Amino acid sequence: MPENSICAKKRHPSDVLLYVAIYACAALSVALLVGIIAYVFVRGVSSVNWQFLTTVTSVLHGTVGIAGNILNTLYVIVLTMIIATPLGVGAAIYLNEYAKPGKLVSLIEFATETLAGIPSIIFGLFGMVFFGQTLGMGYSLITGSLTMVLMVLPLVTRNTQEALKTVPESYRSGAIGLGSGKWYMIRKILLPSAMPGIITGVILAIGRIVGESAALLFTAGSSGLLPKTIKDFFEKAGNSGGTLTIQLYLSASKGEFGVAFGIALVLLVIVLAINFGAKALAKRFDVNRRQG
Amino acid sequence: MVNHLATDQIGFMQKSRSAIKVEVGKNSIRGGNAKNKVELVAKIIFMACAVIAVVAVLSITLYMLIKGLPALSTVGVGELLFGTVWQPTAAEPSYGIAFIILTSIVGTAVSILIGVPIGLLTAVFISEVAPKKLSAVVQPAVELLAAIPSVIYGLLGIMLLNPLMYKLEKIVFAGSTTHQFTGGSNLLSAIIVLAIMILPTVINISTSAIRAVPAQIKSASLALGATHIQTIFKVMVPAAKSGIMTGVVLGIGRALGEAMAINLVAGGSVNLPLPFNSVRFLTTQIVSEMSYAEGLHRQVLFTVGLVLFLFIMIINLILSRIEKKGAVENA
Repeated sequence: MPENSICAKKRHPSDVLLYVAIYACAALSVALLVGIIAYVFVRGVSSVNWQFLTTVTSVLHGTVGIAGNILNTLYVIVLTMIIATPLGVGAAIYLNEYAKPGKLVSLIEFATETLAGIPSIIFGLFGMVFFGQTLGMGYSLITGSLTMVLMVLPLVTRNTQEALKTVPESYRSGAIGLGSGKWYMIRKILLPSAMPGIITGVILAIGRIVGESAALLFTAGSSGLLPKTIKDFFEKAGNSGGTLTIQLYLSASKGEFGVAFGIALVLLVIVLAINFGAKALAKRFDVNRRQG
Repeated sequence: MVNHLATDQIGFMQKSRSAIKVEVGKNSIRGGNAKNKVELVAKIIFMACAVIAVVAVLSITLYMLIKGLPALSTVGVGELLFGTVWQPTAAEPSYGIAFIILTSIVGTAVSILIGVPIGLLTAVFISEVAPKKLSAVVQPAVELLAAIPSVIYGLLGIMLLNPLMYKLEKIVFAGSTTHQFTGGSNLLSAIIVLAIMILPTVINISTSAIRAVPAQIKSASLALGATHIQTIFKVMVPAAKSGIMTGVVLGIGRALGEAMAINLVAGGSVNLPLPFNSVRFLTTQIVSEMSYAEGLHRQVLFTVGLVLFLFIMIINLILSRIEKKGAVENA
């Protein structure tokens, strides 16, 4: 074959080099994830046992436990989502179903985007000053939850908006054509159709709350006690309470790495479960869409 | 008996007819006052929900200004922003945050320089190079990287990076008498943690940007005789430029705002941002001192928060510019 025949395969040394770089970078990214999970499991598994999960740390008994922190985390999740879900879904419904493109809509969308970009430490400062001091709630689970509401609001709004966009236009005109009012149509047609997307948003928001630390440090405080009575349990909202991440941070700064890795393991398991849950749901949603 | 049933039925029918009449009256297109009211209330409630985001952004801005500005006038703008001595608890306190601002800028910039190339090449792998089955594994793995709580990154930084950095430090500064040994808690550790933490953001957004490049552009380039690699880097990546830029800017925002992870690995004193110095970022300064700061010291920490907030707002504005430009280009 002649030297410069078009049939001869030209060698491109730079191509080979780039292929190597591409494979190396992809391998690095995956290795990071696998390495992090494996390391945390290996280091953490010895600290995690039944007592660790079900008791609180006691100097008297010389035991270490994170039950209080687990309860606080659940408390913040429930309080936050009870408030944030209706607000986020409502905002998405307004943006998608009622608003006409204009200044107000672009203002709301810009604000939602800005809110999503503000770092959690700023939310922490704002929550501490506004909810904690101005509204007088101090360091408490309710202060932390209200701060988290602002943080996860964009997440819920956006996921709901995406879900509403996938509901076929014919559903809307069909319902209105049969004589339903707009509110009735939203309640009975749109929300049920968009439900998987809304739930995905809620699950992702829960994941965000579980992993959040900077916004909660100055708002929810760090106590890790368990309530003793049912009355205690309800009053807990007004008291300081550290979530798992806060306890992990405090333990790591104090050099108690056994506890820190135990909590890290628990957190990883929760976060992985949440992500797989959200994925599975999104997949089901996809199938529904194809059928529709 | 039969008659009785019949009259019953007739009675029922009459009843339901009157009921239907009432319903029709309520729902008629002319006289739907009650229903209109419900619709109006629903609309107002939904609108209120949507406006909350605007109110939140406005009040956060307002509070950051109210809390952050006083220290600027008390201490003096020049002394605060360009002063390099941070001694808030000394007998003659000095509140210079120049090194803190510089650390945040340098730390973010270097972590972007490390993280973006790795992220972009991984995105190319997922969207173009890898077989479908492999990319179906790699992409979720990268997404999971984003879900790992930042304190865990910090914890791993303490356990793995800091000892490594200490060894490096001992080699680099062997025999030095002026260097303050940090035990590995230094800027370099923080930069590595930040570079890892921005990876998922850069990868996910670049992947969707490259995937969104029209297939004809790719085919045209291949048909002209360009290799796959040439097509990717000379045609597809430039075409996906605005999307990739969005990813980079989001990554900058994430690196600037990260607090807990780097607070655990970056050390605890305010210094010039050199690789082996113990440093404080804008975020870590707030996290580590807010709990005990009082008076003017506390006000200055809010000023540090205000500086961070301004940086983030600038990033947000750039982001919306890029997105608008991208929308115009795609249209």
